[in-house]
Amino acid sequence: MTAIATPASPASRRRPAWFLPVVSLGGVAAYYLLLRFVFGIGEGTALQQVANALSTGAIYALVALGYTMVYGIIELINFAHGDVFMVGAFVSLFFLVQVLGNTGLTAPITNLPVLLLLIGAALLVTMPLIGLLNVGIERFFYRPLRNAPRLAPLITAIGVSFILQNIALVIAGSGDESSPQIFPIRDWRLSIGEITIPYLSLFVFALAMVLMVLLQTFVGRTRLGRAMRSTAQDREAAALMGVDLNQTIALTFLLGGALAGAAGVVWGLTYGYVRSDLGFNAGLKAFTSAVLGGIGNITGAVLGGFIIGFVEVFATTLGQTRWSQFVVFVVLALVLVFRPAGILGQQVGERA
Amino acid sequence: MTDANLLDARRVTKRFGGLVAVNGIDFTIPERSIVSLIGPNGAGKTTFFNIIAGIYDPTAGAIRFRGRQMIARTHRAFLEPFLWVGPAAVMALVAAGAGLARAPVTAVVALGFVALLLLIVMLLGAVARPLWYRRLLVRAGIFRSSRPNDMVEAGLGRTFQNIRLFHNMTALENVLVGMHCRLKANWWDAMLSTPKDRAEEARAEIRARELLHLVGLRDRDGELAKNLPYGDQRRLEVARALGSDPALLLLDEPTAGMNPRETQEMMALINKLRTELGLTILLIEHDMKVVMGISDRVTVLDHGEKIAEGTPDEVRRNPRVVEAYLGAPAA
Repeated sequence: MTAIATPASPASRRRPAWFLPVVSLGGVAAYYLLLRFVFGIGEGTALQQVANALSTGAIYALVALGYTMVYGIIELINFAHGDVFMVGAFVSLFFLVQVLGNTGLTAPITNLPVLLLLIGAALLVTMPLIGLLNVGIERFFYRPLRNAPRLAPLITAIGVSFILQNIALVIAGSGDESSPQIFPIRDWRLSIGEITIPYLSLFVFALAMVLMVLLQTFVGRTRLGRAMRSTAQDREAAALMGVDLNQTIALTFLLGGALAGAAGVVWGLTYGYVRSDLGFNAGLKAFTSAVLGGIGNITGAVLGGFIIGFVEVFATTLGQTRWSQFVVFVVLALVLVFRPAGILGQQVGERA
Repeated sequence: MTDANLLDARRVTKRFGGLVAVNGIDFTIPERSIVSLIGPNGAGKTTFFNIIAGIYDPTAGAIRFRGRQMIARTHRAFLEPFLWVGPAAVMALVAAGAGLARAPVTAVVALGFVALLLLIVMLLGAVARPLWYRRLLVRAGIFRSSRPNDMVEAGLGRTFQNIRLFHNMTALENVLVGMHCRLKANWWDAMLSTPKDRAEEARAEIRARELLHLVGLRDRDGELAKNLPYGDQRRLEVARALGSDPALLLLDEPTAGMNPRETQEMMALINKLRTELGLTILLIEHDMKVVMGISDRVTVLDHGEKIAEGTPDEVRRNPRVVEAYLGAPAA
């Protein structure tokens, strides 16, 4: 389900680089065949659901990366991260409404360069802003508690989550705020014979993939990425080797927030609404993804995000939308019974 | 004190509650010497070592390192967030005021926009800490403490008693982390993979391989640290410490758990570091053969106090030292 080939920290058993992409592709194919022949879903619907799952999974994966990176570096489950994503969706919404209002463009924009420019601008505004929001949260709420017992920052994170949620409630009210769906979902479709898939799903998937590969390269290949990985493994030793902890941790929050911002933009494009309690649900799923994939592991978070996306869409496809949460958490429980550290997670002993 | 001393600790005291772990120790390390710190268990060696490394603040006393006062404690560092929120908040207030005074909408929006921009620039500064931001901090009277990473930047490298490598990184990457504070690439350099960044990374890699070669880990650079044999891990720690190009190297029991042959090799390596790289070395060691074999000077601690100091021969004959080690001859 993901094309990322180089895990940030090589797993204890070295797998060849093609292993994950091939297994993922196989998984997607199996999923399609399952829908098609076991559950008797029509060819068109089944393909559409696969595309749907790819874009849903991409959003969860982007948010899950923020959870997993922060956990990896300071062992904090940042419960506020889902709400950071929600703020991202709102920022993108306000930006798009402003631009559309001032330029006289109307919602589905069928001019491709203008559309790409607009989405690019939304990303360019939202990602840094949300990244910096995350840095600010770290600076004010988590850094003073860095040496406190682990429960203190955890409770603080829940508090921050409520603060963000309530600020959004005050500003935007409690209902659905409709976000301009500038991407023409109904008109722009990829047709394969008589089957059509919205290009939007593919666009979302591709965008998420590009961001994840960039992240992977940054963490795996650069000086600051090395600093992040060393801090994640042994914070004190990293400091004693000259790594500036404050800067490294702030950078982690910046990256995690920026990805959540991108997820917010994508959310608005895909679902066309934003609401103040969005962060709770999406955050929960993203957190589940991170745990499922092995929290602290970047590739794992991406994998987990896509798995959750596929499982959820699966429930919806069978007409059991109400049961989607149930299925998601049953899958989580089952995986954790057999692999307590998550799919790609390392067993605890190896960290020490 | 003379300039020939690389490190100069004066009356350093550390109390943990009622316990005086280190009591008024004067300690100097001359340039290009090998100095050992010994003493029975619980003598305060490690505490003293950690004070020098910047982990603990001493309760009293001063440390000069390369002529620089190193214990500059956190001084109004908590004001930093106000620096980045403050100007933006003022701008936003002005904008709000202008709005109330019914100024033209575009003016209010422009002011708000500038406030937002200011906030973003200041926050990015706080994350990346470029030079202009640090100057601004100093101008505003906000100083950072001398934390461990600042000591490393000042030229102090160390190894650990119980090996603390980054186990899931390769040997080469471990050394590159050691070089972290000597590399300058910003996150945008890294992200855009600028020529400057690529050249720097290439140079760093060459240097890291040289260091691995120096400690005798040639051809092991792609190996994960946790897969290296014990003796090699100790050597990798030395290479990692050398990465930051230190003037003073602190070695915390470098031969602990080694067999006699490995110990010999480590002693040869320590001597080589001094002669070839011109390093000054501070050693904590339990193995008296090592201590007496390579030290220029030995300092003995007991119950947090300095009980003897001098050449290995002088220390060996000192009755207080013999007594501290329960009469065991310091072979």
